[in-house]
Amino acid sequence: MGRRILLGVGNPDRGDDGAGPCVAALLRESAALDIVECRGEAGAILAALEGAVEAIIVDASLSSAPAGTVRRFDLAAEGAPLSLDCGCSSHGFGLAEAIGLAWTLGTLPPVCVLFTIEGESFAPGAPLSSAAQAGAAAAAARILAELAAKERADGASFFTAG
Amino acid sequence: MTSRTISVGALARVEGEGGLEIVLRDGEVKSAALTIFEPPRFFEALMRGRAFTEAPDIAARICGICPVAYQMSAVHAMEDALGVRVTGPLRDLRRLLYCGEWIESHMLHVHMLHMPDFLGYAGGVDMARDHGDIVRRGLAIKKVGNEIMTLVGGREIHPINVRVGGFYRAPRKRDLRALAERLERALEQALQVARFVAGFDFPDCARDYVFVSLRHADEYPFNEGRIVSSRGLDIAARDFETHFEEFHVQRSTALHARMRHCDAPYLVGPLARYALNADVLSPLAKEAAREARLESVCVNPYRSIIVRAIETIFALDEALRIIARYEEPDASCIAIAPRAGVGHAATEAPRGMLYHRYRLEADGTIADAIITPPTSQNQAMIEEDLKRLTGAFVHLPEDELRHRCEQTVRNHDPCISCSTHFLRLEIDRG
Repeated sequence: MGRRILLGVGNPDRGDDGAGPCVAALLRESAALDIVECRGEAGAILAALEGAVEAIIVDASLSSAPAGTVRRFDLAAEGAPLSLDCGCSSHGFGLAEAIGLAWTLGTLPPVCVLFTIEGESFAPGAPLSSAAQAGAAAAAARILAELAAKERADGASFFTAG
Repeated sequence: MTSRTISVGALARVEGEGGLEIVLRDGEVKSAALTIFEPPRFFEALMRGRAFTEAPDIAARICGICPVAYQMSAVHAMEDALGVRVTGPLRDLRRLLYCGEWIESHMLHVHMLHMPDFLGYAGGVDMARDHGDIVRRGLAIKKVGNEIMTLVGGREIHPINVRVGGFYRAPRKRDLRALAERLERALEQALQVARFVAGFDFPDCARDYVFVSLRHADEYPFNEGRIVSSRGLDIAARDFETHFEEFHVQRSTALHARMRHCDAPYLVGPLARYALNADVLSPLAKEAAREARLESVCVNPYRSIIVRAIETIFALDEALRIIARYEEPDASCIAIAPRAGVGHAATEAPRGMLYHRYRLEADGTIADAIITPPTSQNQAMIEEDLKRLTGAFVHLPEDELRHRCEQTVRNHDPCISCSTHFLRLEIDRG
C-alpha cells in the first residue's frame, strides 16, 4: 500500500486562508492518513505529493460563492479546475501551478481530490470566520464519510484505532 | 502622429500588485511606467515599539519568496546596533541558509518564469508539456534549496529558526551531511542548466548600467560586505542613506530610489553582483561561466538567466563547502543584552541588495526602522530598460510586443512581477 496523504494548504495567520490547516487539524486524530500542513509554496506541495497513491488536498477559495461553501474536485479524473491566471492567492507560485505541473508531468497521485472552502476574510492576523469554520467542519465530515465508504467498499483502513 | 498606449492593468501572479503602461509615439517609446498600487503594508511602522528580538520574524513576512534576505538584514542590523559579531559555524549557517534561498528563488525564476520566454511558451506549465525533463530537473534542484531552508530555517518559507545572535536551534552535523549527496546531484544538474540556457537566442543589446552590490574581500557576497558600484563607490552599509535616496512618485505606492550625488538610477541584483564579484566566485562557478561564454561584466539583461544559473552553481558549491567543514557550535546563539543604538546592514537577496536600519531604545525596543528592498531600488532602471530596449520591438504584432515588454520586466525578477504572463493588454492607437 502506497502513501496516502491529506494536505491542508494555507496560512492560519491570514483569516480564512487557514481553512485548509483547520481541516488537517480536525482530521489529525481520526484519519489514518499522512496529514501535512503547507503554506502553499508550489515546490513544497509537489514534494508532499511525491510518491503518494492517494491525496486529499484542502485549500481556501475566493469566488462569488457564499462563505463556507465546500466544493469537491476530482483532480485525477477531471484535471485541474484552477485558473493559472488567478492572482488572488497570497501564495505567489502556489497550488494552481503545483497541480498544473503535476498533471502535466504525470506525477499527480492516481487518486487526487481537492476540497475548497470558500472564505470571506483573508486579513493578516484575523481568525477563521464562523462561516469558514463551519465549512472546514463540513469538509472534514465529508472527507471522513468518503473514507468510511471507501473502507466499506475496499476493505482498506482509513481510520486510527479507537 | 501615431500613438499607442500599452496598458497593463494588473500584474497577475505577483508578490504584490503592480501595473505597466508604455506610451508609443511615432514608433518610439516615449514613456514607460511600472506602477505598484498595492496598499502600503507599513512594516516599518509595525516594527516600532516591538522588541529587537521580534524583528527577524516580522521582517520575514515582507516577502514569501525571499524571507531569508529580510531576516538576515534585520539580524545583522540589530547586531550592529548591539555591538555583536557572529562568527564561526553560526556565520556559516547563515550563509548556508542564504544558499537555500538563492537556489530556490533562482531555479523557480529560471525554469518557471524566464525560460518559457526563450522557448516560446506562455508559462512554465505549458513548457512542461514539451520539456518535462527540463522542468523536472529545475524542480529537483529547487527542492534541495527547500531542504536547506527547512533544515536550517525550520520550514521552507518564512523560516522560524533565525534569531538575533544566531539560531534557536543549530542543525546536527549528521543531518547536514545527509544533504550532501543530494547537493552533489543538484550541482551536476545545475551545470547542465547553465549549459542549456547559454544556448538560448538572446536579443542583441547592451545597457550602460550603474551596478551596485555588496563586495566582500574574499567571498561572493550574501550577508556581509561593503556597498560598491561600477562607478567607484565604496562605502560601509551605515553610509547607505548618505549616498542613496528613496523618493515618492505619484503613480506608485512603492518608493523609488536613486543615487544622491548624480540623481541617477542604478541596478542591483544578479547582473550587478556578478559584474562586481565574478573574481571571487568558486572555481567551479568561474569555469561554468567561461563555458557559458558569460563575459566578466554582462550588460545584456536578457542574459541574466545565465547569471542566475551560475549563481545557483555557486550556491550549491558553497553549501557543500560549508557542510563539509561544519562543526556543531557549543551554543546556537550568542547571548545579547539590549542597549540603545543605531544599526545598519545590507545583504544580498536573490533579486538584489537590500538595506535595513533600526534605532533601538535602551531596553531593546525598536524606536524606528528603515527597510529598502531591491524592487524599489530597481524600479527606475527597469523603466529605463523598457524605454530603451522595447523600442526595437515596436514594429512587432501586439502580442509579441507585449511579450517583449513582459520579458524585459522579468529579466530583473522584481518582487512585484514574478509572473508568467501578466496580463490583459490594451492598446490605444491614438
